[in-house]
Amino acid sequence: MSAFGHVLEHYVLVATLIFGIGCVGFLVRRNVLVQLMSIELMLNAVNLALVAYDREQGAGSTGQTFAFFVIAVAAAEVAVGLAIILAFYRLRGTVDGDVADTLRH
Amino acid sequence: MTPGGYFFGVCAVVAVLGALATISARNPIRGAMGLLATIVGIAGMYVQLSAQFLAAIQLIVYAGAVVVLFVFVIMLLGPDAHGADGGKRPGSWARWIAAPLVSVLLLGGAVLLARVSTPQRFRAAPPGHGTIEAVGGDVFGRALVPFELSTALLIVAAVGAIAIARSRATKPSERPASVGATRRLFGGAIHPRDARTVDDEVAR
Repeated sequence: MSAFGHVLEHYVLVATLIFGIGCVGFLVRRNVLVQLMSIELMLNAVNLALVAYDREQGAGSTGQTFAFFVIAVAAAEVAVGLAIILAFYRLRGTVDGDVADTLRH
Repeated sequence: MTPGGYFFGVCAVVAVLGALATISARNPIRGAMGLLATIVGIAGMYVQLSAQFLAAIQLIVYAGAVVVLFVFVIMLLGPDAHGADGGKRPGSWARWIAAPLVSVLLLGGAVLLARVSTPQRFRAAPPGHGTIEAVGGDVFGRALVPFELSTALLIVAAVGAIAIARSRATKPSERPASVGATRRLFGGAIHPRDARTVDDEVAR
């Protein structure tokens, strides 16, 4: 396997694994901090797939530009998300996501 | 196996193990460290994919800002950041079925892709692929409008984060002088155990 690490499919496989792990973490864990980290994992996996396909495609760097914007949006999302977690914690005194049901009642 | 193959293998294993540590850690600090491992592993794979600029951006933005922000918030919350995992939760069985189902479907799709297509080595990257010049030319050329919009997005997000995090802000004249500088800055108590003392001081 001399092509190991030089083939698109290997990167897509790793990206899928990380995306799946992030998906499981988001659905199964109750801690909103861990859920936010799982979202970060999924965004990172998508970025990896974008950059791998960009490398496969060769000319131009559209995929990398796209990944650049995804990173910018993810940074903004983390800032707002952590602020919301702080406000939620101040309101309820916990970081259990199941307690965030104000809109349900 | 080529040195590049070994490098990819190490990065992939570090990234996947870090992801597993992120979602399985009881202690969120350990989870943040797992996230850091994943980010560093993915940055290594970016280098392997000749995306050096994105690898640097990944390390600066994610490892330098996002993980640090996570660690700050975890330390601010203290022991309560551990949350209440475990125990019965409403609809938990649906999550336990749905989550692995989604992952298995995704993984099956990826494996199918690998089986159907005949894996071919990447062609040689064109010179300058993934450098600051190449990505910057794209960002400031075709993607100029989205780039400018993203700057506005970042400013709005920063202002919004501050506005959300400092709820219950009072006018400066109404704030008691005895309250510490940090509490004056953030208005309310960060930790519920401080809430009563702050409210008492406000009442006085």
